[in-house]
Parts: sequence; C-alpha cells; structure tokens
Amino acid sequence: MRSRKLALQKGAEHETLKAYLLGLGLSILLTLTAYFVVVKHVFTGWTLVLAIVALAITQALVQLILFLHLGRELQPRWNLIVFLFMVLVIVIVIGGSLWIMYNLNARVMPTMDVDTYMLRQQGI
Amino acid sequence: MMTQPLANPHQEVHARTLFGFWVYLMTDCILFGSLFAAYAVLHNSTYGGPSAHDLFSLPYALAETMILLASSFTCGLAMLGAHLNDRRKLLLWFGVTFLLGASFLAMEISEFTKLVQAGNSWQRSGFLSAFFTLVGTHGLHITTGLLWMIVLLVPVARHGLTPTSLKRLTCLRLFWHFLDVVWIFIFTLVYLMGVK
Repeated sequence: MRSRKLALQKGAEHETLKAYLLGLGLSILLTLTAYFVVVKHVFTGWTLVLAIVALAITQALVQLILFLHLGRELQPRWNLIVFLFMVLVIVIVIGGSLWIMYNLNARVMPTMDVDTYMLRQQGI
Repeated sequence: MMTQPLANPHQEVHARTLFGFWVYLMTDCILFGSLFAAYAVLHNSTYGGPSAHDLFSLPYALAETMILLASSFTCGLAMLGAHLNDRRKLLLWFGVTFLLGASFLAMEISEFTKLVQAGNSWQRSGFLSAFFTLVGTHGLHITTGLLWMIVLLVPVARHGLTPTSLKRLTCLRLFWHFLDVVWIFIFTLVYLMGVK
C-alpha cells in the first residue's frame, strides 16, 4: 500500500517536472523572441509595442499556469477568482492613470511640452 | 471511486494558509501595478537628463532575466524534492536558487551603483525616480526572498522536513515564481520599451 502510494506520488511528480521543463523552455523562447524583435528592429512604432507586450503577457500566462499551477485547483477555484479580480483592479489602475495623465498633459499644455516649459522656467 | 482527497483537518489548515498567501501576492501585484502606472506616466519626464535609451543596456538586462528565470525553475525542482521527502535534493536545488537569486541582486546593485555614480540617481528626474522605485521595490522583494530562504532552510538542514516547514516552503515557492512574473513586465516595459 505504502509503496503504491509512493509510486503514485512519483508519477504525479514526474508530471510536475514535465510542466516545469515545458515552462522553462517556453519562457526562454518567449524572452529571446522579444529581445530579438527589439534588437533586430523587426517592427517599428505601435506594432513593436503591441508585439512585445503580447509576448510578455503570454510568458506571464505560461509561468502562471505551469509554475504557479493557476486554474488547476479543485472547485470552487478561489485562487483563480482572486487572480481575476486583481487583473480587473490592475487594468483600472493602469488604464485609468494613463488616460487621466495624458489627457491632463494635452489639456494643460496644448502647444508646449511640459518638460520644455519647465526647462525654460529654470532658464537653462 | 472517490476523486477528491479525504477531508483532513491538517490539510485544510494548510490549504487555507496557501490561499491567504495567494491573496497577499495578488495585493502585492496591485502595488507593482501602481508603480508601473507611475513609471508609464513619468517615463518621458527626463527634465533634460538622460532617457532610458541612453542609460540601459539590453544584453545586461537579458542576462538578469535569464538568471532570475533559471532560479524560478530550480526553486520548482527543489520543491519536487521536498514533496518526495528528499532532503538532499531540496537543499541542493534551493542552494542553486539562492546563488542565482544573489547573482541577480548583485547585478542589480551594480547597475544602480553605476547610475548613481554617474550622477543619475533618483533625484535627477521624474523618470529616474519612477525607475528606481519600481525596480528597487522588486529588488527589495528579492532581498526579502533570499533572507526568507535562509531562515526556512537552516532548520530543515538541521532538523529535517516537517509538515509545517513544507507549508512554509510552498509559500516561498509561490513568492519566488511571482517575483519572476513581475520581472517579465519590468524587462519588457522598462528595458525593451526604453531601448527600442
């Protein structure tokens, strides 16, 4: 009985090891892709930004699923629910801050960049 | 045939601790999210000083990324050893994790020192304040993780593995993987986008 339990556990550990190796391989691949996309100037402008952000989100999902085992718990998946709530808060915080600050920038200084204005005030 | 594990009061406490720690990690994510928002707003406010393009070296950041990724992987290997009750494997792989984490931290401190010595400290511009706060907070988490590793591993090395130490090591593993996930975004948004 005990040896059977250990064998079962070894089987499960083998699965986990496979998940870790897959996660490591995919993460290295995604990091190097993002690096070479930037270094070799494959894309420019917004395409480049979208490409590397997409690669980063993909890698984060790979590590969340394969390293942190997100979404592989039993019902009612509280970890996943808390995670999704966090994502919602992050989207509101980051998206909202950027929206407000860029809007403010554009409205307060329509013709002049804030940095140039500040430099002029300093007399540099 | 039962598919769910039998109810075990010990296991339930264990699961509750891990869930509590997971909720802490999610709130930590929101902390990093606000720092990322601050960086995104301030990254062009260089106040006539150097921009990200002038300061950062991509190969150096790539090396840091790979070291941290490797340490996240070896941390997983160490916990596989722990679940098989293999103390030697656990200590060996956590040792490797610690060394990789310490090298990462050393690289980051050396980068910060060079920036400050060149006169580009956090007082130079809004961009550099946001940069030092974001990357410094991550470095502080790494430092805490390394200290935590020592505190947990010394008793395991001396007295062996207990259910309580296994629970604590599982929390540490989550923390360490989480720091690597945060670093992916620092590498992408600060270094890759800064140098592009």
